[in-house]
Amino acid sequence: MIKIKNLVHEYIRRDEDDNVVDIKKALDDVNIEVKKGEFVAILGHNGSGKSTLAKHINALLYPEEGQVIVDGLDASKEENLWKVRQRAGMVFQNPDNQIIGTMVEEDVGFGPENMGVPPEKIWERVEKSLKAVGMYQYRKKSPNKLSGGQKQRVAIAGVVAMHPKCIILDEATAMLDPGGRKEVLRAVRGLNQVEEVTILHITHYMEEVVHADKVFVMDKGKVAMAGTPREIFSRVEELQTLGLNVPQVTLLAHELRKAGLPVSKGILTGEELTRELLTIKAGR
Amino acid sequence: MQIIIDQLNYSYGDGAMRQQALKDVSFSIPKGQFLALIGHTGSGKSTLIQHLNGLLKAESGSIYFHGEDISDEDYNRKKLRSKVGLVFQYPEHQLFETDVFRDVCFGPKNLGLDDNKAGLKAFEALHQVGIPEELFYVSPFELSGGQKRRVAIAGVLAMEPEVLILDEPTAGLDPRGREELLTMLKKLHKQKHMTILLVSHSMEDVAKYAERVLVMEKGSVIHDGSPKEVFSKREELKRLGLDVPEITDFMQDLQREGFPVNPQMITVEEARQEILKAFKKGQLC
Repeated sequence: MIKIKNLVHEYIRRDEDDNVVDIKKALDDVNIEVKKGEFVAILGHNGSGKSTLAKHINALLYPEEGQVIVDGLDASKEENLWKVRQRAGMVFQNPDNQIIGTMVEEDVGFGPENMGVPPEKIWERVEKSLKAVGMYQYRKKSPNKLSGGQKQRVAIAGVVAMHPKCIILDEATAMLDPGGRKEVLRAVRGLNQVEEVTILHITHYMEEVVHADKVFVMDKGKVAMAGTPREIFSRVEELQTLGLNVPQVTLLAHELRKAGLPVSKGILTGEELTRELLTIKAGR
Repeated sequence: MQIIIDQLNYSYGDGAMRQQALKDVSFSIPKGQFLALIGHTGSGKSTLIQHLNGLLKAESGSIYFHGEDISDEDYNRKKLRSKVGLVFQYPEHQLFETDVFRDVCFGPKNLGLDDNKAGLKAFEALHQVGIPEELFYVSPFELSGGQKRRVAIAGVLAMEPEVLILDEPTAGLDPRGREELLTMLKKLHKQKHMTILLVSHSMEDVAKYAERVLVMEKGSVIHDGSPKEVFSKREELKRLGLDVPEITDFMQDLQREGFPVNPQMITVEEARQEILKAFKKGQLC
């Protein structure tokens, strides 16, 4: 679905006379492959290159060096630009910056209308997308009246209505309260499992990563770690040196192991740890 | 008591559009407390904190700061705003000066201090938030997100507030940035005995740093207690669109499954000790 080969992105700073004063490599030889229908999480501290990477997949940035292929389309070719953007939809951090309509259904219809979808088909798409994120009952409401989590779900419906193959969430849960975060994640997982939409979820919340199929950890523009959540979260110390942490339950399991209890590595959920502790207790 | 809030009411809008944002809110804050305010978006948190430094005027009810009613005609509200410092959400959006140092000087100068004194306050404030001197004279826009936010907080600290109120100061920061910022707040609280009111959506941060938690719902304070007390109401908090720390969730499930632990643990360290203790007690270790 997404293939990134040797991608490099440099931010070049120039002074008033157009002399180059600084070059920063935001992406440095990145190689990533995401299969159709996968739920992929991208972690990394601020400035590690996550958002730059996301903008490449959505063709908002041009690959100067290396290659970005989305659904078989080369993102460096100009004739592919709009197709790539339609196939890989993006949801940003601040819900208030992404909603333009005065009514929820109008906002969701904007994307397909802009793509030239015929009117009767637009309404069909709007209805389906709003139902997919559980916001259909709010279709006649003004977006201003919605909570943060609801607004983000409308933003996601707006992307879904363009029938993307892939949705990129660029810290889309960062500004939400715990309830809102759960709503959005539930909606996204639904799209992933039912509609088989490929998901790229960029986040700082480690507990949102537990259910992903694959995790990439970015550091200094490179992919520093890649693997399943279990593989990644069993490397607690390494993550901490990269300025990240692990879910609290994983950290607790790690600490108990250090204290001498025979707990497995890479515990991800409370149920897993509960089961292990009960087994250890029964065996003694 | 440093701050007493008595029967506070406030509504937005008029006529049919009228919406009550605060309903009979009463509580008091002793000097030097580190308290957290939680509640889902729209529960009234931001409206409440804007009352505390006089940005919004109560419809009815009173707020007393050191015993004086801040809504009195002759009350000096400019001074109040320097004593009760408010850091908004995404405060870095409000940086506007050409360099970091000037931006931080703006507050104290506005209070009428001369350049020298304002400069001294700015220097101290930047030092407190951990901004190194080589960054003092660069444009705020050249800093990283976490640094910008700390500069914005320094702008409030330079006015030497007694009370610091922060509206989700860690939103959008990465785990290390969050940790650094909260550690800094803890230091201010300990060394300067500053009263800190933290509005947060992160239950883990609240559990780790706050001494007291207030829960807001539909404009009222519905719970007021220690983090342990508040987080023992798991089902209710979840129903309100809030949560408990992941570790508390786990400990409550663990106990329910028959493992002999006290479920009221709210940090990883507490949980670790509690579980190890359970193994030792039964001579299991």
